[in-house]
Amino acid sequence: MINWIPGTYCSELLTVSLFRPGMGEFKVHRVRFFNYIPSGIRCVAYNNQSNRLAVSRTDGTVEIYNLSANYFQEKFFPGHESRSTEALCWAEGQRLFSAGLNGEIIEYDLQALNIKYAVDAFGGPIWSMTASPSGSQLLVGCEDGSVKLFQITPEKIEFERNFDRQKSRILSLSWHPSGTHIAAGSIDYISVFDVKSGSAIHKMMVDRQYMGVSKRKCIVWGVAFLSDGTVISVDSAGKVQFWDSATGTLAKSHLIANADVQSIAVAEQEDSFVVGTAEGTVFHFQLVPVASSSTEKQWVRTKPFQHHTHDVRTVAHSPTALISGGTDTHLVIRPLMEKVEVKNYDAALRKITFPHRRLISCSKKRQLLLFQFAHHLELWRLGSTVATGKNGDTLPLSKNAEHLLHLKTKGPENIICSCISPCGSWIACSTASRFFLYRLTYQHDNLSLKRVSKMPAFLRSAVQILFSEDSAKLFVASNQGSLHVGQLLEGRFRHLHTFQPQSGTVEAMCLLAVSPDGDWLAASGTSAGVHVYSVKHLKVFEYSIPGKQYTEWSRTVQKQGFHHLWLQRDTPITHISFHPKRPMHILLHDAYMFCIIDKSLPLPNDKTLLYNPLPPKSESDVVRRRTAHAFKISKIYKPLLFMDLLDEGTLVAVERPLDDIIAQLPPPIKKKKFGT
Amino acid sequence: MVEQESPRVVRCGGSELNFRRAVFSADSKYIFCVSGDFVKVYSTATEECVHILHGHRNLVTGVQLNPNNHLQLYSCSFDGTIKLWDYIDGILIKTFIVGHKLYALFTLARAEDSVFVTISKEEPDVFQLVSVKLPKSSSQEVEATELSFVLDYINQSPKCVAFGNEGEYVAAVRDFYLSVYFFKKKTTSRFTLSSSRNKKNAKNNFTCVACHPTEDCIASGHLDGKIRLWRNFNDDKKYTYTCLHWHHDIVMDLAFSVMGTSLLSGGRESVLVEWRDATEKNKEFLPRLGATVEHISVSPAGDLFCTSHSDNKMMIIHRNLEVSAVIQGLVKDRNIFTGLMIDPRTKALVLNGKPGHLQFYSLQSDKQLYNLDIIQQEYINDYGLIQIELTKAAFDYSGNWLATVEQRQEKEAELELQMKLWTYNKKTQGFVLNTKINMPHEDHITALCFCNTEKSDNPTLVTASKDGHFKVWILTDDSDIYKKAVGWTCDFVGSYHKYQATNCCFCEDGSLLAVSFEEIVTIWDSETWELKCTFCQRAGKIRHLCFGRLTCSKYLLGTTESGVLCCWNLLSCALEWSAKLNVSIMEPDPESENIAAVSQSSVGSDLFVFKPSEPRPLYIQKDISREEVQWGVFVPRDIPESFTSEAYQWLNRSQFYFLTKSQSLLTFSTKSPEEKLTPTSKQLLAEESLPTTPFYFILGKHRQQQDEKFHENSENELVQLPLTENIPAVNELLHTPAHVLPSASFLCSLFINSLLLSKETKSAEEIPDDVDMQEEKESDNSDEENAFTEKVQDTKHTDLGEDIFHQLSKSEEKELRKLRKVDYSWIATF
Repeated sequence: MINWIPGTYCSELLTVSLFRPGMGEFKVHRVRFFNYIPSGIRCVAYNNQSNRLAVSRTDGTVEIYNLSANYFQEKFFPGHESRSTEALCWAEGQRLFSAGLNGEIIEYDLQALNIKYAVDAFGGPIWSMTASPSGSQLLVGCEDGSVKLFQITPEKIEFERNFDRQKSRILSLSWHPSGTHIAAGSIDYISVFDVKSGSAIHKMMVDRQYMGVSKRKCIVWGVAFLSDGTVISVDSAGKVQFWDSATGTLAKSHLIANADVQSIAVAEQEDSFVVGTAEGTVFHFQLVPVASSSTEKQWVRTKPFQHHTHDVRTVAHSPTALISGGTDTHLVIRPLMEKVEVKNYDAALRKITFPHRRLISCSKKRQLLLFQFAHHLELWRLGSTVATGKNGDTLPLSKNAEHLLHLKTKGPENIICSCISPCGSWIACSTASRFFLYRLTYQHDNLSLKRVSKMPAFLRSAVQILFSEDSAKLFVASNQGSLHVGQLLEGRFRHLHTFQPQSGTVEAMCLLAVSPDGDWLAASGTSAGVHVYSVKHLKVFEYSIPGKQYTEWSRTVQKQGFHHLWLQRDTPITHISFHPKRPMHILLHDAYMFCIIDKSLPLPNDKTLLYNPLPPKSESDVVRRRTAHAFKISKIYKPLLFMDLLDEGTLVAVERPLDDIIAQLPPPIKKKKFGT
Repeated sequence: MVEQESPRVVRCGGSELNFRRAVFSADSKYIFCVSGDFVKVYSTATEECVHILHGHRNLVTGVQLNPNNHLQLYSCSFDGTIKLWDYIDGILIKTFIVGHKLYALFTLARAEDSVFVTISKEEPDVFQLVSVKLPKSSSQEVEATELSFVLDYINQSPKCVAFGNEGEYVAAVRDFYLSVYFFKKKTTSRFTLSSSRNKKNAKNNFTCVACHPTEDCIASGHLDGKIRLWRNFNDDKKYTYTCLHWHHDIVMDLAFSVMGTSLLSGGRESVLVEWRDATEKNKEFLPRLGATVEHISVSPAGDLFCTSHSDNKMMIIHRNLEVSAVIQGLVKDRNIFTGLMIDPRTKALVLNGKPGHLQFYSLQSDKQLYNLDIIQQEYINDYGLIQIELTKAAFDYSGNWLATVEQRQEKEAELELQMKLWTYNKKTQGFVLNTKINMPHEDHITALCFCNTEKSDNPTLVTASKDGHFKVWILTDDSDIYKKAVGWTCDFVGSYHKYQATNCCFCEDGSLLAVSFEEIVTIWDSETWELKCTFCQRAGKIRHLCFGRLTCSKYLLGTTESGVLCCWNLLSCALEWSAKLNVSIMEPDPESENIAAVSQSSVGSDLFVFKPSEPRPLYIQKDISREEVQWGVFVPRDIPESFTSEAYQWLNRSQFYFLTKSQSLLTFSTKSPEEKLTPTSKQLLAEESLPTTPFYFILGKHRQQQDEKFHENSENELVQLPLTENIPAVNELLHTPAHVLPSASFLCSLFINSLLLSKETKSAEEIPDDVDMQEEKESDNSDEENAFTEKVQDTKHTDLGEDIFHQLSKSEEKELRKLRKVDYSWIATF
């Protein structure tokens, strides 16, 4: 349909798309010049209690996914150039710790969405970290070969003691489930420590041989200590090995890859584990009985999964799924069919690539797009055309898209959020410690940018920024739970009001929305409550503004229920907007589809086709009307990062083809493919 | 008595060795394979066929060792019987009549008194696995009708059923699912693979299954080359499998080693793969096995493997993946382009064999003598590749020269053609390439023939081609300063009005050459290469051409595509006679004037034998085969028969062999099939088994005397037969299993007597008489021996007197019979 060459910059297509008679025909700007590349995944940590998954990326970003809520990325901690996480773990129930090559252990505040504190372990870069089975202790393995034990106190962590120092860096650590012993993977050997004495009781040498050739070093990338005393190790020679920790001997070896095996995760029941290799393959091992009559069991490699193209740096094993992530930036959640009770959408494979937060904002008036990257912002003007066409046509651009501005932030911190005002003359963005507001002035084709100085001191960091529809007000959600309202007048910022969070909570507001007249502001925090503020009266409301109730339509929806296919979608909706001229229309999209809901039409029931294509012209109006229902879904744009109405006849869709991302990653390990 | 029987069409050897998995004996000394209606017992060390167990009346479909007595063998057949054999002696012990057509046989050590068979239900392609209770009875033929159902809707191939973990369960695969029946729980679990039409799953079909000997692990092979190892299958939900993928095409068979430490697999790649520890990265290969691996079996002792291949071959392979023996039958899995030929030296049948090879196959011993690699290129076995085909071959009269033609045509315009001339090297006892001619013609070669004159020292070869020419090639001196050599060069190129040359033929004395150009037959003088005359019947293109022989050498015969058989008189240059007959094969008998023609019709093929001199056929046999007969050949007999009946006289000096479309090699025989098989191998075994004891020396001397005596009155091959068997007592001694023999003291006098007796009698006539008598007594016990001794009787003494020489008294006889009926199973303890 579209000749799209991966990697070509500045690509925009203007197409005409007819959604349905009555829902209008749109000119769609298909934008593909958002050159966004997510960072590779370094660690994942699964928390069984809350069914949440913490994911850390190579740029230091940490994301929290709620596996119960449709795998929604509900929290996120911005990255930092000097903080590359090497290890991530949950301890004491809901506390999240990370450690990295800067030698610091960091605890995250999951309420306020900031870093609680950082403690230097004084052992050089930290390569591995694990919490004790009870969750009260933290163990880190350092570059200098030391294994350090920290006690977790309610407020902080305290260094307790060192274990016997090893010769080389400790790359992997695992506690025995009873908490009495530790296995530590190093270079060329695995040590088993007694926790009480802190001394190494066994040193198990790993074979350097790789397919008959002696490699220089054999790096033990991961270890797992099972309750029966077995230590499972994965190493750079492609082996998965089973050791008897009581005798320090090798029990069994599986050669599974021609490249490094980089990660291992064991299920809580210890009846299965998963390993990830540098070839992008994830292998599942299961403990199966040797014969039905005997109690003897053996570990068997069962299924390989090839969902990654690059190194699988990390894996996790939830009770029902195998989770893997790696250099190719995808987070893959592969449910275990035998553990899934009902065959619903939980049983589907998920691949999460893009953040669920907004990276793009749009100025409708000037047709500008603001793209947010880790360390800079880009401002683009959309192309335009004078041509018209019918459905499916690609219109020639009379004016190409234009890169107007490249705004780089200072400092090592990543940008948390950004926004451009609807009039296009204000840009606001924030990092973890600084808030920036810029004024843009347009003189014909020239553009000048001026930073607004004299910002109030309390505006240091924002979780979410929003401009009112008339661009006269700026709303800033800070990570302390307060909402600041400011007025923008003649190039200056004047603080109007601060909505303080309800007493006792420090919940950060992640989502903001403002009504078109600017009177009402809605905000939602991490605990999923919605607060509605009246900007004029500076009061707090909840839900339906005057009646404090769901509207008629949503009650109908609640009563009738959604179409089963609609409920089987597995990606969260990332953006909702309303048609300014047609109040009955709701526009929403997720990464794979764009949908217009017409509230005036009947809701589809399970018997009707949800994804009905355009009805043939030949059919009569009656038939067409009968088959028509409220949902009109378009799946031609994918993966869809952003979609919004520019004006009543124009849509802008920002796509980011996965091939483009893959093309910009380092080349994967070359594997011989049969028949090539 | 021979004259009374009319010739009938019989299958002659060349039967499939690769129909089912071969079975090893417990000590790995023997290997058993089904072969047509018989079970063949081969020695794994010498590759010799030791026994042919015959008794089944239809295709044998399975053999298994008796798990309770490893010296016995069960076999099942389409004739609805299960037979129990003593394979060491080649005796049929018992027959169980089941009554259903039996497709496969399985035995289980746990189920002592029952075996498992696959039977078909009424509907086509629906098969059931049932267990058959074998009743304990002393009689020879027992009805076994107590069937109990195990699994339904299975695949008929025994490769798709496997018993696992000492008979705890049985796994069967078909289409896209695996069924497992647990004997203890009496439940069936079924595991289905996705069969959707998309590219990934479309070839998920199961092709074979094997069970781990000790663990709960089932290995299944698939159409796409994957091997799945199923575990935890006693849990319908938690079952899991591992994939092993090396084969790129269908996995033909799987087998676990005896201890289960490794898994063997094979397929079209002709590579035996050994997966050690059932891990993907730890595998060993035995490549270049020549043809698709059809079956794999493992010896119970664990030291040998056996693979059966699609080219009708079995390979015995050592545990360390070294081939130790090859048992090769007639190669049958490819198109036969060359037709059937007889190598004048070895009298072996020569035809296309392995890809790119000519096979020399001994009709007498039903064994391949050797393969001659003609194309001499690595053969890549893959679907859809256009291969070089060996299309034509011809021997000269003495067997000194062999001409072969190979071609490969990828596109219409690009024909690769090569003619090779091979000379017989006496030193190496084989053919050596002498001359290679690239593109001998511009187009396909349609025929080639040597000038078959005995006296001529200058061999001549003629090739006819579609390019409108025929070329005469002669042997010339090709010596240079380095060595003396000879080579072939083109001597003459002839053509006739740009017609395609379709056939060529030399007359018996080599003076005339007939070449057919589409509808016209041209006669050339072979001295001067002058066109002598032409014949044209306007009855379609000439399909076959041949000169008459001996007294009929003045006739030239031709058949045309429009179904006319013409006979021209070369003296009068006129048509002698013609007949309306759609001849598909015309073969002259090299030993007589007779010519055999096979005509094709929609119902079958008919054979006509005639002399060119008279238009009336000597012999007509209607409906010799339901299928199309593709090739035929006369094979001269070593010993002429003496049929007096006029109709069968044509069989006196030669035998006519023909090959049907399904590649069964058939011939005409007047003997019953049991007789036809030479039992020499069996006798040799008996002879071999004689230890070099004083006893042996007595016998040896005795034999020499017998030999001398026989030299006087007979000069045929019968002399070569071992003569020990002529003494009934010795014969009895050697051919009765040791465990059923009466005590030595009992036999002693018998034996001594027999020796004395043979000295007393002047003629040997009474001795076979005694054999006859003993045979009658024992006929209920052993069909096998029966057949064999009858043979002895037939070949030597057909007119025996009536007097019977009693060696055993009635009571002794009874005693002997009783002893014979005791259970042989005690021998299993050895």
